Amino acid sequence: MEAYISLFVKAIFIENLALSFFLGMCTFLAVSKKISTAMGLGIAVMVVQTLTVPANNFIYQTLLKEDALAWLGVTGVDLSFLSLLSCIGMIAAIVQILEMTLDKFFPALYNALGIFLPLITVNCAILAGSLFMIERDYNFSESVVYGVGSGFGWALAITVMAGVREKLKYSDIPTALQGLGITFITAGLMSLGFMAFSGIQL
Amino acid sequence: MDKETKKVLFEPLVDNNPITLQVLGVCSALAVTSQMSTSLIMALALTSVTACSSAAISAVRQHTPSSIRIIVQMIIIASLVIVVDQLLKAFAFDVSKKLSVFVGLIITNCIVMGRAEAYAMKNPPLQSFLDGIGNGMGYSLILIMVAAFRETLGSGKLLGFEVLPLVKDGGWYIPNGLMLLPPSAFFIIGLIIWGFRTWKPNQVERNEFKIMSISHGEGGHH
Repeated sequence: MEAYISLFVKAIFIENLALSFFLGMCTFLAVSKKISTAMGLGIAVMVVQTLTVPANNFIYQTLLKEDALAWLGVTGVDLSFLSLLSCIGMIAAIVQILEMTLDKFFPALYNALGIFLPLITVNCAILAGSLFMIERDYNFSESVVYGVGSGFGWALAITVMAGVREKLKYSDIPTALQGLGITFITAGLMSLGFMAFSGIQL
Repeated sequence: MDKETKKVLFEPLVDNNPITLQVLGVCSALAVTSQMSTSLIMALALTSVTACSSAAISAVRQHTPSSIRIIVQMIIIASLVIVVDQLLKAFAFDVSKKLSVFVGLIITNCIVMGRAEAYAMKNPPLQSFLDGIGNGMGYSLILIMVAAFRETLGSGKLLGFEVLPLVKDGGWYIPNGLMLLPPSAFFIIGLIIWGFRTWKPNQVERNEFKIMSISHGEGGHH
């Protein structure tokens, strides 16, 4: 149990996808102008991440990994080079299914999150979550914890960033630094803050 | 070289840089730049994937129904990335270990998708290929600039050669550890953008609001 809590905290703070691995930066910079939209996107990322990491873990562990096909009586087959293709296919499929399900059964939720879902397929934080899971060889339950944790960490980072940027409107910034430039520097300072967690051992 | 080719090839370097102006492909630009060698490999990998995928997508653009074009683009890009990934694992294993998941993340790098959507779907293969190379070079330029700062200031070396002699080897330079950590990449790109926009003022983003000077007593009311 302790190992899972440690993994969860690590995924949120110490190995925050946005601020220590720079993942999902394009959307992180583009959609962090208002807290409400940032939070919507954050929640959407969290939901998709929670679904895709375990799903990809299942595919990887039962089909692609070296000798994973042993349950079929086939040995000596290593399909792990296909994992990139299967991960991105899985993500695109899950996002599509999620969009259709929300549209049919939860229209209110669809109106809130719907516009963000297409953005998520090409969000590198989602693909990276699955690739890190493969690289670190998590088992199924670890992958569930990691999926929830890393998604939550990303949502936290983008919401905080949006809060800072809303306040930033009131500051007088040099003309050439306005917009993207100051956003990068803000993200740098936030990342510096998140580095403070890196000494924590659980 | 005619004018059009030149424009396609060199415009993305400064005037329309994918990272500093279009904000595409920032993730990997930040993550792999703590060392020059990894940045060079990454730049090369991305440029070749962008060029080849643009050419391939452009070649099939008239046979692709627009409803499934994203999937077609994804599959072409993913296959090219798998080729690059396997080549790196075979010939440059150390670097590919250091790049870890970031080679795979070229699939979702917005530069590749962005050029496919914005350029390759409307132009013939050869031009799309050049456009891919041009944008790849724009990306590489930023990557190399950032990596040069980070590696020189962070470990006193560039590509393994000593540039600033370190104190612990009897020199004078005390390495700045921050340069090797993630935040420095944000700062350096922020500063590069500042520099670019001071040089080319037409790239400056206008604020959607203006701060009123408070010295005017009747400022706020109309």
